[in-house]
Amino acid sequence: MDMETMIKVKDVGKTFCGKENTVEALKGINLEIHKGEIYGIIGMSGAGKSTLVRCLNFLERPTTGTVEVGGKDLAALSEKELRAVRMQIAMIFQHFNLLMQRTVLDNICFPMEIAGQKKKGARAKALELLEVVGLSEKAGAYPAQLSGGQKQRVAIARALAMNPKILLCDEATSALDPTTTKSILALLKDINQKYGITIVIITHEMAVVREICTHVAIIDGGSLAETGRVEEVFARPRTRAARKLVFQGEIGSEEMKWNLATGKRCIRIVFRENSSFEPVIGNMVLACKTPANILLADTKDIGGVAHGQMILQLPEDEAVAGKMIDYLKERKLEVEELDHYVG
Amino acid sequence: MWDNATIMMLVKETGTTLFITLSSTVFGYALGLPLGILLVVTAKDGLWPNAVIYKILDVTVNVIRSVPFLILMMMLIPFTRFVVGKSYGAAATIVPLTIAAAPFIARLVESSLLEVDKGVIEAAQSMGAGIGTIVWKVLLAEARTSLIVGATITLGTILGYSAMAGVVGGGGLGDVAIRYGYFRYQADIMIVTVALLVILVQILQVIGTKLSKKLDKRITG
Repeated sequence: MDMETMIKVKDVGKTFCGKENTVEALKGINLEIHKGEIYGIIGMSGAGKSTLVRCLNFLERPTTGTVEVGGKDLAALSEKELRAVRMQIAMIFQHFNLLMQRTVLDNICFPMEIAGQKKKGARAKALELLEVVGLSEKAGAYPAQLSGGQKQRVAIARALAMNPKILLCDEATSALDPTTTKSILALLKDINQKYGITIVIITHEMAVVREICTHVAIIDGGSLAETGRVEEVFARPRTRAARKLVFQGEIGSEEMKWNLATGKRCIRIVFRENSSFEPVIGNMVLACKTPANILLADTKDIGGVAHGQMILQLPEDEAVAGKMIDYLKERKLEVEELDHYVG
Repeated sequence: MWDNATIMMLVKETGTTLFITLSSTVFGYALGLPLGILLVVTAKDGLWPNAVIYKILDVTVNVIRSVPFLILMMMLIPFTRFVVGKSYGAAATIVPLTIAAAPFIARLVESSLLEVDKGVIEAAQSMGAGIGTIVWKVLLAEARTSLIVGATITLGTILGYSAMAGVVGGGGLGDVAIRYGYFRYQADIMIVTVALLVILVQILQVIGTKLSKKLDKRITG
């Protein structure tokens, strides 16, 4: 694909120097984000994802490497030029970061005020944006009077005020409940499609990536473990960090650990579209005449394509277990032994 | 003894006290507010970290605050004479009060501004705001409630200090209390004077609290 590159991160590293120790928050990060993509950067807390997103608008200056936004090397810009570029890169935050002493309308006007726009035009634009985020009736309210989801909608309206090319979301849904999260993600998707804004989403929740991202980068211990299209990474996580995230909260459960620790072989099978209509497991059990224990079954709709995965505990009899694996492989399913990454 | 002249004098000296207090507060803020802002901006994790400027301001503020007001007033007599032409009277009281109040105000302003959510400052930076804009539209605007509370505390404190200036003939209610109550053993005048001071502090406090509450939009309902 020869799409226009919006953000190019090259060999970026960031080291924080404390009094006693230095922390290498990022090392050797390479990323390319194209126009119109919704790019998820996912990692456990402390993986360096918040530092990485701040390097994209130079709220943090990388110690090494370069960041190019729209073809401009941010390190080469003067303070004034950098401020001008930042107006094109909007950002929303986990804790919304609205001005508490200003009304909703004045909050949305704020970036336009910074840019020196006329007050009248700014207010008109702000009212228009309030409509986009569905909060027209709250124009005169103060942030303290809003719910979390409403605050994030205001923050999104504020982010759109300068018609940005890029929207950075730093754990934008982490402080919200699941239903509100869904509605905020739907709004972001809508904005991406309506205005063609490139969105970068920082999150620790795979569900967020699954819900709206087209691409994903998995960050682990300050380095990128894996990058690619979301459905590919989901279907074939190559690294330990990726698998851990794909199975977030599932593989780590006590029960699962116990099952895996009993010594029986566990396998993960991945369903693709072509095989999801056939009762594969049922047929397998009938063919092998031995039951297999389903530890986990999960089907997900990723970008309109149905994907499913299951974790099976195979019978102790090695011969039967081998037969089952062969049977599944014959059905063109991906089969993977699980026990080597318990916990 | 409660003749017209005495009452007139009390009214006039109440006015003098208010004049001294308010002017000293205004001048004190003219010095202390920029000082407090500079302390926040040049601090290590500030918008424009500068260890040298920060250290100089920090030490200066501490030194002036350590000198007892009565002594500071005496030490400043030559300076006061230079500024207002004489070393006694209401106008002369304003000079040492301003100098004593400025570092106190700077610390209050500093602590108010440090209360502002770092996330909001970061948000403004991400929008391309410069330091001036952030100080004016984020720090001062968001901390306004706390700043008003600080100003109320300052007014009360300066009012108390202004009474102390009465010792050196500074004028105002403190002067009356010392001249009539202490030197002439007129306890009733002393009590009335103190009552007037208490009422003044009360009024200032109520106005300050009301104003800060009214301007605070963080509270719902």
